[in-house]
Parts: sequence; C-alpha cells; structure tokens
Amino acid sequence: MKKVVYVDNNATTKVADEVFEAMKPFLTEEYGNPSSMHTFGGKIAKYIEEAREKVAELLGAEDPKEIIFTSCGTESDNTAIMSTLRAYPEKRHIITTKVEHSAVLNVCKYLESIGYRVTYLGVDSQGLLDLNELKSAIDKDTALITVMYANNETGVIFPIEEIAEIARQRGIVFHTDAVQAVGKIPIKLTSLPVDLLSLSGHKLHAPKGVGALYIRKGTRFSPFMIGGHQEQGRRGGTENVAGIVGLGVACQLAKKFIEEENTRVRSLRDKLEKAILEKIPNTRINGHPQLRLPNTTNIGFEFIEGEAILLMLDEFGIAASSGSACTSGSLTPSHVLRAMGVPFTFVQGSIRFSLSRYNTEEDIDYIIDKLPPIISRLREISPYGKTGQR
Amino acid sequence: MWFYSEKVKELFKNPKNVGEIENPDAVGEVGNIICGDALRLTLRIDKKTDKILDAKFQTFGCASAIASSSALTEMIKGLTIDEAAKITNKDIAEYLGGLPEEKMHCSVMGMEALEAAIANYRGAPIKKETVGEEKIVCKCFSVTDKKIIRAIKENNLKTVEEVTNYTKAGGGCGKCKPEIEKLLKEFWEKEATKGAYPKEAPPKKKLTNLQRISLIQETLEREIRPQLKKDGGDIELVDVEVNKVYVRLLGSCLGCPATGLTLKSFVESKLKEFVDEDIIVEEVKE
Repeated sequence: MKKVVYVDNNATTKVADEVFEAMKPFLTEEYGNPSSMHTFGGKIAKYIEEAREKVAELLGAEDPKEIIFTSCGTESDNTAIMSTLRAYPEKRHIITTKVEHSAVLNVCKYLESIGYRVTYLGVDSQGLLDLNELKSAIDKDTALITVMYANNETGVIFPIEEIAEIARQRGIVFHTDAVQAVGKIPIKLTSLPVDLLSLSGHKLHAPKGVGALYIRKGTRFSPFMIGGHQEQGRRGGTENVAGIVGLGVACQLAKKFIEEENTRVRSLRDKLEKAILEKIPNTRINGHPQLRLPNTTNIGFEFIEGEAILLMLDEFGIAASSGSACTSGSLTPSHVLRAMGVPFTFVQGSIRFSLSRYNTEEDIDYIIDKLPPIISRLREISPYGKTGQR
Repeated sequence: MWFYSEKVKELFKNPKNVGEIENPDAVGEVGNIICGDALRLTLRIDKKTDKILDAKFQTFGCASAIASSSALTEMIKGLTIDEAAKITNKDIAEYLGGLPEEKMHCSVMGMEALEAAIANYRGAPIKKETVGEEKIVCKCFSVTDKKIIRAIKENNLKTVEEVTNYTKAGGGCGKCKPEIEKLLKEFWEKEATKGAYPKEAPPKKKLTNLQRISLIQETLEREIRPQLKKDGGDIELVDVEVNKVYVRLLGSCLGCPATGLTLKSFVESKLKEFVDEDIIVEEVKE
C-alpha cells in the first residue's frame, strides 16, 4: 500500500487497536440485545454500563447516568438543542456563534426558518469571542446558549468555563459541542457548569457511528429519538453495543494519553508549524497561537488555492484538509475563516493539519520535506505568485 | 473528494504551457482572487495569418481550473483566431474527458479568457470592462446577467443550481437566487414563444382529446372572443367531436349576415392555426 501520512485527525481518526479488539466479541458471538429477558442478551447491558462509566470518567462527570449514547456528534447536538427548546416552549431565542460546526449551525438556521430568533456571535481575527457581546445578547426570551468547546478548523478553544458561568447565573441552559475537545484537552464537568455536552466517537479513535451526550442532572430533557425505553427512556433505538463498548475503551485510552497529546503531539504540531512558517514565505497561522488544541494548525498560503495543494500532497500520501471553496463542495471558502476575517489572499489557500498520537517525528519531517516545493510550484502557476499583485 | 478524469489529473499534475509570453500579442484575464479562481492567458499570434503560434497560462484555482487552462492552451495552439473563437466551454470540458458538474465554471473561465484575449488582439483593453447595459446579478462573484443568460443558452441550463455550477452565480450568500430564477424563467419563456411561432412549423404532436379541447378553449378566449366582442358579438363553445367544433354565436353575431364568413374565415382559421389543420367549425342554432 502507498505510504500514508495521516494528518486529518479532526476529520476522523484511526480506530485504536485496543478499541477494535474490545469491540470484536460484540460483532461476533455476543450479539444479544441488552433489553432481552434472557441471559444471553441481558448480560450485554453490563458492558454498556461499563462503557458509560469510562465516558463519564474522561469527562469528569459526577454520575455515569448523566451520559447517553447516540449515533454521532450531530445527533448529540441536535438532541441537545431540540430537547432544550421543547423544555422551554415559551422561549424563542438561541445564542450561538458564527463558527459552529454545521451540526449546530444548520440546526439554528432551520430553527430561524420556523420562527426562532438566533444570535450568531462573531469572532475576532484570532477566532476569539467577545463575552460582552454574549452578555448583551441574552434576554428574557433566551432558551439556550450553544457554543463549541474548540473549533474544528482552527483548533481555537473558547472560554467554556466563563460562558457556562454566565449562562448559569442567568438560569439559561448551556450546551457545548465538544466533539473536537474531548480527548485532546482535559475536561472536568464536576467543576464546569455545562448543562449539555456533545462528543463523537470517531474523533477519538473509536469507530464512526457512535457518540454521546452528557446531560447534567437536573437539566430538563425530552428525547430526540423517540422509541423504546433504552438509555433510561432518553434515546430510543437498540444500542450500538460494539460501538458503545469501543467508545468506552477509546475514552479510557484518551484519558491515559491526554498528557502525551499535550506534550509530544503538541511539540510535533509546533515543529511542523514553525518549519512551514520559516521555510515558506507568505504564510500565516489562522487562529490564536496559544488558545488552541494541541493537535491542530491551520495555515494560510497566500496566492494559491487549497484544493490544488491538497491534491499535490495527496500524491505523496499526505492526507490533510482545506477550508478553500473548492474543497467544501460550495463555492465559498470556510465560514470559520471568513468570520475571522482572514485576508482574501490567504483564505482560499488555507490548509489544516490535525495530528494524533499515532503521528511520528518522521511523519512531520516528511511533510516539511514535501510541502515547500508544492507551494512554490503552485505559486509559479498562479498569476499572483510572483509579484503578489496584479 | 472530487472524481476527476484521468486527463484532468494528468494536466493538473503536469500542466502544459504554464507561464507568461513576453511581449504577448494578446492577453486575456478573467476572475480574481476573491472569487477563488483567476486565469491570465497570453498569446503569440502571427499577425499575417492570424495563427496562434504559442499560448501560455497562469491560473489561481483548483485542480480543474489548472487543467482547464492547460487544456485550453493545448487546444488553441496552431489555430487561427477565427477558429479559436469557436471554442466553447463544452469543448474544453470534452477535451478533459468531462468535469464534475460543480466544476463546469472552470471550463467557462477558460472560454472567457480566450474571448478576452481575442478581443484584446482585436483592440480591446486587457481587462474586460463591464458594458453599460450589463447588470451584476451575483455580487459575491461579480457575475453579470449577460454571462448568466449566455450560460443558460449555451449549456441548456434549467435550474438555479446548474447556473451556479456553470457561472458560480448564487454560490456565495445566495441572495441573488431569486433573480437567477427570474432570468431562467424569462429566458425559457422567450424560448417557448419562439417555439410557438416557428419559422418552419415542427411536426405537431398528436393531441389527446383533453389537450385538444383545452387548446380550443384557450384559443377561443385569447384569439377569437376579444375580436368578436369588439363588434358587440360573442361566441360559446358547445361541444367538440374529434375535429368538429360546435359553437354558438351570441350578441350582435345573431342574425348578422356575415356569420358564415365570421365562422369560416375567422373562427375556423384561427383554430386551424393554433390547434389543428383539420378542424371544421359548425354553428349550433337553438
């Protein structure tokens, strides 16, 4: 097989070997339904509860019962938002940000179309929020504040503790889409007054098709997936047993490796970033240099287009992603970079490298070796490449 | 991920004719960095024969934009200006073994750069200036109504989404989508009327009874009754039996000595024109 250097871990991650091993029995001989009365099925419930404990432990949640399993991050986000709105039917206002993932953003747009009022908070050039803007957006009608923990494109981390505190003081439900943060930075929900928190399995080395939603005790909740009594009546549908068990093990591993994520992985990211900025002129980091996930860097290459960069990297087996228009399937570049006001000469040529604990020093050296000639080649082709102006 | 043809991949990886001709005989520039793609085409032309001796390009854009530009330069080398002027975006896409629908605008950009270069050779300034009569419909990508209508016409586009794929118009904030919809509607309505009064009548489709009857009613309402009413008369459809149309004349038509003439040379001939050559009109009297 062709060499692959995978640095697109904010898109999805490799399933950890330990995770796969733990899942196997539930895809083969242990196929029982945990809701069954017989022992063959019923005994499976125990493994689900073990997984729940592991998720709760990674999040620092007080009680495993505060966790429900879902099918993905998007379902968790949808559940959190819809459940809260149903719980407060008289309130018709939502506060979110312009840089949310589409799992939140498009739900908000839909809600606007059916009569809700939505405030989209802006960000500054480093991708940071203005908390005064948040405070002044709150009114009597506000049902929910939903702000992502860390941004998927830039890795910028929002001050969730402060936002949660603002929401708590005003008695407003606060949800955070923590899909990118869980497993990358420590989270301790016993001391962080978040009411609802979404996470996704495949972003932390569990498989695709499983996610979880944290629901703080005392938070009004009504199910999004209506069906059977599973998950204490909070999420209908037969459990994805193997996926849930895998997510549990993945959370256990994430807890074990979180230190490494913030030391070794961070230093690899820093090395890559530093080398690119040094070797390639007319480049910039998109996002706050410090308040960022340890694994993510988003770099803008001026005067060239991201899809072309990605395809050339792909020739060398390097898998990254871009916020350029051409890669998004739409014609406009990333809403996150636009909200940050990234200069238009850079925005189309922005590339995200997102690492994981499986990346090595060799991977980084390989990218540092291959990238500069690609950039200069594309700048040769570009009419803006030489002079920068025309 | 896009599914590019082998030809697109090849021309992206190893583009031909990259660069700039020094002291070119013609320059064509389209797009800009804000739009996400831009192309600068320079040509060397033999002024005696109008033959394109060399063509080079510089492109800011994705793989298909680079491949389209490279294809264009390959296609036009050796052609005369008049021959090159006939190249359309479809030809470029065909040369590339097809482009994803969403990427058709890359081939349109190639065609536009070529047109701009030809215009430049014939004396126009390098940057295509917007003609006074054109109107910018899509502000995000600066797409004019003229460009949209042309894309609709040349590529037989029917939906806003298709227009976006070919011109990028509507792909930004999306506010101009109703306007694109309007342009589409206007264009196709105009085309439809052209079809209704063709110079050479196309073979008429056989009508079902229901279609025939409603077409007769429509024609009566639109073409016949207004005329009769002018003279204080009126007409009523009584029945239709294959090609026989039974009508009753009303108002001042009753007892008018010209009734026979009215029926045959006006009513029947209108129905023959708009519905069916074989129609015979019969008057019903109480």
